Amino acid sequence: MNLTLRVWRQKDSTSQGGFVEYNADDISPDMSFLEMLDIVNESLIKRGEEPIAFDHDCREGICGTCGMMINGVAHGPLPATTTCQLHMRHFRDGQAITIEPWRARSFPVIKDLVVDRSAFDRLIQAGGYISTRSGGTPDGNAIPIPKPDADLSMDAAACIGCGACVAACKNASAMLFVAAKVSHLNILPQGKLEKDRRVLNMVRSMDEEGFGNCTVMGSCEAVCPKEISLDFISRMNRDHLKALWRSK
Amino acid sequence: MKLDAKIPAGPLADKWSRHRNHIKLINPANKRKFDVIVVGSGLAGGSAAATLSELGYKVKCFCFQDSARRAHSIAAQGGINAAKNYQNDGDSVYRLFYDTIKGGDFRAREANVYRLAEVSVNIIDQCVAQGVPFAREYSGYLANRSFGGAQVSRTFYARGQTGQQLLLGAYQALAKQIEAGGVKMFPRTEMLDLVVIDGHAKGIVVRDLVTGEISSHAADAVVLATGGYGNVFFLSTNAKGCNVTAIWRAYKRGALMANPCYTQIHPTCIPVSGDHQSKLTLMSESLRNDGRVWVPRRSGDHRTPNEIPREERDYFLERKYPAYGNLAPRDIASRAAKEVCDEGRGVGPGGRGVFLDFADAIERLGLNVIRERYGNLFEMYERITGEDAYQTPMRIYPASHYTMGGLWVDYNLMSNVPGLYVIGEANFSDHGANRLGASALMQGLADGYFILPYTIGDYLATERPAKPSLDHQEFKKVEEEIAARTNKFLSIKGNRTVTEFHRELGKLMWDKCGMGRNEAGLKEALEKIPKLRQEFWEDVNVLGDGNELNQSLEYAGRVADFMEFAELLVLDALTRDESCGAHFREEHQTPDGEAMRHDENFAYVAAWEFRGPDAPPALHKEPLVYEEVHLAQRSYK
Repeated sequence: MNLTLRVWRQKDSTSQGGFVEYNADDISPDMSFLEMLDIVNESLIKRGEEPIAFDHDCREGICGTCGMMINGVAHGPLPATTTCQLHMRHFRDGQAITIEPWRARSFPVIKDLVVDRSAFDRLIQAGGYISTRSGGTPDGNAIPIPKPDADLSMDAAACIGCGACVAACKNASAMLFVAAKVSHLNILPQGKLEKDRRVLNMVRSMDEEGFGNCTVMGSCEAVCPKEISLDFISRMNRDHLKALWRSK
Repeated sequence: MKLDAKIPAGPLADKWSRHRNHIKLINPANKRKFDVIVVGSGLAGGSAAATLSELGYKVKCFCFQDSARRAHSIAAQGGINAAKNYQNDGDSVYRLFYDTIKGGDFRAREANVYRLAEVSVNIIDQCVAQGVPFAREYSGYLANRSFGGAQVSRTFYARGQTGQQLLLGAYQALAKQIEAGGVKMFPRTEMLDLVVIDGHAKGIVVRDLVTGEISSHAADAVVLATGGYGNVFFLSTNAKGCNVTAIWRAYKRGALMANPCYTQIHPTCIPVSGDHQSKLTLMSESLRNDGRVWVPRRSGDHRTPNEIPREERDYFLERKYPAYGNLAPRDIASRAAKEVCDEGRGVGPGGRGVFLDFADAIERLGLNVIRERYGNLFEMYERITGEDAYQTPMRIYPASHYTMGGLWVDYNLMSNVPGLYVIGEANFSDHGANRLGASALMQGLADGYFILPYTIGDYLATERPAKPSLDHQEFKKVEEEIAARTNKFLSIKGNRTVTEFHRELGKLMWDKCGMGRNEAGLKEALEKIPKLRQEFWEDVNVLGDGNELNQSLEYAGRVADFMEFAELLVLDALTRDESCGAHFREEHQTPDGEAMRHDENFAYVAAWEFRGPDAPPALHKEPLVYEEVHLAQRSYK
């Protein structure tokens, strides 16, 4: 199939960016979206033009490195799918595709489709962990955890930190990302000791990083490649309220 | 050069505890006087950086990804082994040790492997305490599954995302230490060379991938946790960024490269769909718990799988290996798949594929149980192939997955260059000629949480704080060499892209040095690689400049190193004139096609020494001495 791409090109974080049109010809429906971009890049290099910069690594939907707005939707049209796992059979011959980087104040553009998501790392550093040390821990079976709790914790822990939730949100809020981490740890008995401190610090850090507020519209959940549920946001709000009350 | 593995004396089961009781300690107030560099932030690097910082060392951690959480350990699916014997099925430290030694076809160092099995139980405890949401039974206790090469159920898992969850555990421990100021993290920063001063590893030179700035970092010790080199085959299950550069640079600075020819081909990957293919996707080995592998009995049978009656199917793993069946170890299962495809019985486009069929398991256990166990893998399969594996069997084919070879290390995980430690997949030490499933995560975390943090103290205590100044001429010299190399890449302005060269190298390696190897093919590869390398340096086209984010430049550097490394890999494969584990020399096989070792000549670790760009490398042999196990032909029948 043949496609027309409109791709955001931006030399670096301080330069003005803009859309540039490219043709993607002879694309096989079995290619992934990134393989399609590989083909375009190869032809650009052959023509002496700089290839389109985009982040990617595992290409199997787990590392969370890739991500772009495809026709205005984070990770493109297929639900529960990262950009690298999106295949061209979901597009039609002759289609025009607009490709942009994540758009959010807290994710500044580095180049073309590459953005700086280090704010997510700082959110985790603010409290997204259990303060255990290596060694000196009790036997793994010493802390039985009800299976439904372990499963729910795992549902939240499945977050890959790609940033699609922020990109999709009209306020560029990081609530789903933070709620997933807070819930993953707060649900487990091991995480309970630091429950209040964790949620207070992570929410505060979210504001400091310049992420917007949550209005619970659910755009984040709709694009999340791991289908992290909006319920975790309610759960975090509950934890946050209790923690605020207890800290007074 | 005399290779001293520094294996402690005493009975096998007591070596590690005795060693720990005798190595030197550094008092807590003095630890902060030592700087340690950790390169890589996967399971090994992340856990090591966090643990060293908890102990009080000043740590700098580097990764080329945009976040420490993205290291390729994250992609491990199936699980992590530990000799907990929670299933009461007769497991023990000794059994895990023996399975690993046997799985590695008796080419691993006994003492290292025993220690690995010993600390495996601590890893599970550690990860549970960190909040890793392992799968549980309704009792609330931890669940297990089985994996290849074992007859007990000892694999702990978190759905099909065990690597992700373990990595997040290590990443969170690392985040805690970064927040506390004990670790300085350098994401989007790639190590381009090792700096050795007076024979000791004293620092690294890196490139900031965003600004292009080249800078030096000095330390009292350097830890490489930079993963494997499976991308030498171009197509592999590795992430696109995985590369050999860090360990190859260390090799060129004097560290020995051990057993590079031990490369694991994983049997259950999604087959290649066309020339555009950029990587291959693994389907977890855990699928072989319930999936049955088969091909049509007759070659050239193009009926759909559901049309082929049971009696016309060949369940070849169950037929050839009745005791282990579909759970035969990876190297054996891969070769068996290749064999039936070579006979013309392969399925799917190009005939390079075999079926992995869940129909019987769905009938026995119900759709919901299968969905709960493997749901995410079935979804992934459907996304890539457009086929529903609940209705029609998956198609799978072997692909490059893991590399057992790596830098040579002693029992303390230190290379022959004092102060240079190598952990996780980057070293050679624990898996011999073939790694068992669910053992990579185990080794990465064992090295990072429980082994290196002890052993590094022994070296540092002897050395005392001795971090050189960045003004030292050696740093300047290495920085200049890197700048010259960058300029060289950018000035060639040839006609071919880096990808084209990488693809050509990969195809050559896969054809001549992949699942089956023979003398003629290896010699042919040894002739072709230097020619291809020369073409690369004359005709590659790298656009842009060095002072910005330049992904082509990063890639060119990595492929240039693969071009050199590939030659050593092939030379090692040619020199090892026997079959063992994943290294299958077609000249050496039993009448029924199994690998035939030659213990009298090859029961050694091949450690290669760099002797300059124009001289052939020197081979040093570390004899493998078995005190406990008896060398036997592996049998999974």
